[in-house]
Amino acid sequence: MDENICAISTALGVGAISIVRATGPDVIKIINSIFKGKDLTKVASHTLNYGHIVENGEVVDEVLVSIMKSPHTFTGEDIGEINCHGGVATTKRILELLLTHGFRLAEPGEFTKRAFLNGRIDLVEAESVNDLIAAETESSRKYAMNHLEGNISRIIKDMRQELVELRAHFEVNFDYPEEMDNPEITHAIVLEKLESLREKLEKLLETSQNGQLIKNGLDVAIIGRPNVGKSSILNHLLDENKAIVTDIAGTTRDIVEGSITLEGIKINLIDTAGIRDTSDIVEHIGVEKSLEILKRADLVIFVFSNDEELTPLERNLLKSNFDVKKIIFINKDDLTKKIKLDDIDGQVVYGNTVTPTGLDDLKDAIIAMFNLDEIASKDYNYLANARQIALVKNANTAILNAIESTKNSIPLEMVAIDIDEAYNFLGEIIGATYKDELLDEIFSKFCLGK
Amino acid sequence: MYDIIVVGGGHAGCEAAHAGAMQGLKVALITARIANIADMPCNPSIGGTAKGIVVREIDALGGLMGRIADISHLQMKMLNSSKGPAVKSLRAQGDKVIYPKNMLKALRSLDNLDIIEAMIEDLIVEDKCIKGVITETGKEYTCKTLILTTGTYLKSKILVGSTNKQEGPHGEATSKHLSDKLRALGFEIQRLKTGTPQRIDPETVDYSKLNVEMGDMTPWTFSFDLEPSYDVSEQRPCYLVYTNEKTHQIIRGNLEKSAMYGGYAEGIGPRYCPSIEDKVVRFKDKPRHQLFLEPESNYYPDLYLQGFSTSMPIDVQEQMVHSLVGLEHAKILKYGYAIEYDAINSLELMPSLETKIIKNLFTAGQINGTSGYEEAAGQGLIAGINAGLKVRGKEPLILKRNEAYIGVLIDDLVTKGTKEPYRLLTSRAEYRLILRHDNADLRLRKYGYECGLINEEQYARLLKKEHDIADIMANLKEVTINSKKANSQIKEALGSSLNGGVSLYNLLKRPEIKIEYLKEYLPNEYAREILEIVEVMVKYEGYIAKTNKEVERMLKLEDKQIPEDINYDLVKNLASEARQKLKLVRPKNIGQASRISGVNPADISILMVYLKKEYSKDNNHE
Repeated sequence: MDENICAISTALGVGAISIVRATGPDVIKIINSIFKGKDLTKVASHTLNYGHIVENGEVVDEVLVSIMKSPHTFTGEDIGEINCHGGVATTKRILELLLTHGFRLAEPGEFTKRAFLNGRIDLVEAESVNDLIAAETESSRKYAMNHLEGNISRIIKDMRQELVELRAHFEVNFDYPEEMDNPEITHAIVLEKLESLREKLEKLLETSQNGQLIKNGLDVAIIGRPNVGKSSILNHLLDENKAIVTDIAGTTRDIVEGSITLEGIKINLIDTAGIRDTSDIVEHIGVEKSLEILKRADLVIFVFSNDEELTPLERNLLKSNFDVKKIIFINKDDLTKKIKLDDIDGQVVYGNTVTPTGLDDLKDAIIAMFNLDEIASKDYNYLANARQIALVKNANTAILNAIESTKNSIPLEMVAIDIDEAYNFLGEIIGATYKDELLDEIFSKFCLGK
Repeated sequence: MYDIIVVGGGHAGCEAAHAGAMQGLKVALITARIANIADMPCNPSIGGTAKGIVVREIDALGGLMGRIADISHLQMKMLNSSKGPAVKSLRAQGDKVIYPKNMLKALRSLDNLDIIEAMIEDLIVEDKCIKGVITETGKEYTCKTLILTTGTYLKSKILVGSTNKQEGPHGEATSKHLSDKLRALGFEIQRLKTGTPQRIDPETVDYSKLNVEMGDMTPWTFSFDLEPSYDVSEQRPCYLVYTNEKTHQIIRGNLEKSAMYGGYAEGIGPRYCPSIEDKVVRFKDKPRHQLFLEPESNYYPDLYLQGFSTSMPIDVQEQMVHSLVGLEHAKILKYGYAIEYDAINSLELMPSLETKIIKNLFTAGQINGTSGYEEAAGQGLIAGINAGLKVRGKEPLILKRNEAYIGVLIDDLVTKGTKEPYRLLTSRAEYRLILRHDNADLRLRKYGYECGLINEEQYARLLKKEHDIADIMANLKEVTINSKKANSQIKEALGSSLNGGVSLYNLLKRPEIKIEYLKEYLPNEYAREILEIVEVMVKYEGYIAKTNKEVERMLKLEDKQIPEDINYDLVKNLASEARQKLKLVRPKNIGQASRISGVNPADISILMVYLKKEYSKDNNHE
């Protein structure tokens, strides 16, 4: 790992500045050779140095170069960051200059990998770096910072400690059976400990659903018949938040038409182009199939007109047992009411997209439905991603097995096997259990040059 | 010229000499005192938690300890009998006179084994290869392989209070120079310490104040080849004794007089078997500590005061003993003492127990840093087998962690090393559910047979057992019973009637059903031990499968070999502690490397990346 690597670490595009980041044993020497200004090999660590990048005597750009010396750097090796003027051409030219001076282009996630391998961060933290960079809202940034500082690591470590203590309690009884004064371990004592661990794991899992919410945001679909006001609702929501309307690919499932934030949580308004016309889809593909499409969202806003009756199929769809949360927005509340909702469950908001009224009520309804205001102000001790959640679920399954066996008075050395398993699953989250495939898997998921 | 010379006649030496001789090789056992062969200088018991399983493993491989103990004990007990199958373990109170006598008899019956009385003080080494030994009088014996099983006799020092003597446990001579020779050859020598308690005159004990601990009413044997030959009603009892606040006050008030706390000792003692001083100091809040009075022999009167090991001066020991309820007027026949001795660093050994430094030199027992008769015997057996295999030009026998406690023991020694006398514990074995006392023969006997330590008759017994187990399994799966066919035991256990037919196999899986209820449905009669194994296999099938999965994962890592010529200085970014440990241990594979303490998962990834990408490059440069 003695190679010098570099990459552009800001998103390529038009912006005020771009950063080219480099790490490795010869970073300072090499950058100094293309830098006109102070002698970078002599400056103190963690300093920002003004000067110019030059190639064959010609100035390429006016830059600030940060110099951070090993070992107190992100990767644990020397780091140099060239802050240059934004723009694809300049940034790329500086990168190419470095590549011709002994640098290799970093592989995806390689900076973080070095940080991990040099013992600067543990696995949870390594994953958080990725999240931090992808964080788009204040909440998710805070959450990513929390991980980076090792909050989750500490919670996991504490739980492992409890498991080890329980095991130790067993082992004393196995290895010194005739020491009658040792605290005896009974199935009842074990059961109590296991139940308390189960509660902790389940709580962690529960809050982690919120963690996913903070990270990925809520996916919201707005559907209704043509001309019922869907576009008005969409535009109204988006207009207010124009600054963050983006056209990026959604995190998981669908194409995001635009995003807004409510209480710091990202709301992805997903493109329901194919399913906008409920009457259409329900008629064409049936309730079952439409439900499947709708399940891809976290929330579905049904928009109806106050003066139109529901078709039997729409009624059927609304009455189906939904996994997805729903809000019914009744538009055109100034017209004569013909819609009948007596036998339909679910929150109903009345409004008018022309006036416009009721749209704030709609937002409030969303906030209340997902407790968004609470999530944003709480601690951020959530698991970061599906891998971690799966591992905690596995650990919990092992604990549930242990509980089951303990209840059946199965010998405790069997229960010890379940406990070990839980211990190892938790260890995997923080990288304390070794598993071959793990590193490759994680590091291959990082984007270039962090 | 001998094929194998064994130096030391303790539990390791006896097994080593026997294992060598059983391979048809010319073997010499050289000991400073023939009368001390297979001596039990410390506690009288053989077996115990984890250790009892080792004794069965020794028997499975064709060693002596189990079958000698079976005919030389005063009491036998299955420990943890109320707990699960994986932690059960046999323990015998050996007769300290009869056990050595029977061991010597067994060794003398081997024609190709010479037993020689001499003190070895030097080694003959040429080109880093062992050639022979030299006695203190200058006599030379040459050999192809040498096994050192010197026990506590390398520069032993007996400590009682501020006084110390350069002698062995019974006042015998100790080897003064051999450990210096080893150091000169490049071995790292460490100083270890252990201790032993007082022996009490049984005539002076007030038994009315003590609780009796009897042996089991079921007769047992360690050996898979022997039937119990003792009368359970003639077993000798042990007695339970407790320390009290007065005892603790005496100890606290005299702490600086003890060899350990007064600074007169330099060796490191075992945490799991602390002196009474240690117990009182470290566990201040415990109002009492438990002790046992155990008979040592039918041929002399001593009682061993287990748990009271001390290095206090003798006047303090008098006060301490007399403070115990029931021992107010006890006469001390022998005082407790601490003993220090030299040992090598076991990281300098290969898993075959051959040293990395000197070719054809093997070591076993306390010289490797372990404590315990069983740990010593297990290593002695493996060293003896492997020295023999080496002479015969064959690959060594290396037992894996999933095959035997002996495998766990040796892997720990050569991978993790030890700074204190090492004792086996069931918790050291991560796959203990498959390393049970009941299946040691199924796990290991084939190896003993291949090495020549197990004869045809013994091997046939194994095959019969395997056949019986398969037979019962097949029957349990085939035979289905319903409410009508169920016997009264089943009905009573279930408390309700059966819903339709159920196979015996599935029935046995229920916690409340025991295999003895099902005996009448089986076509033949089977031995109790065999039925019990099947019961474990069926009842805990899920957990056994889980363990086997873990084993597979471990074996996969063990398959990733690390080339012998790897230069760890070329592996960039290893943590410095990890680099140091890897250089010292030189693990054979990634699995072993991952078990080294101080080598973290990140170091393992770095090592694997290096092996995959850089190693061949580095090697081509050279």
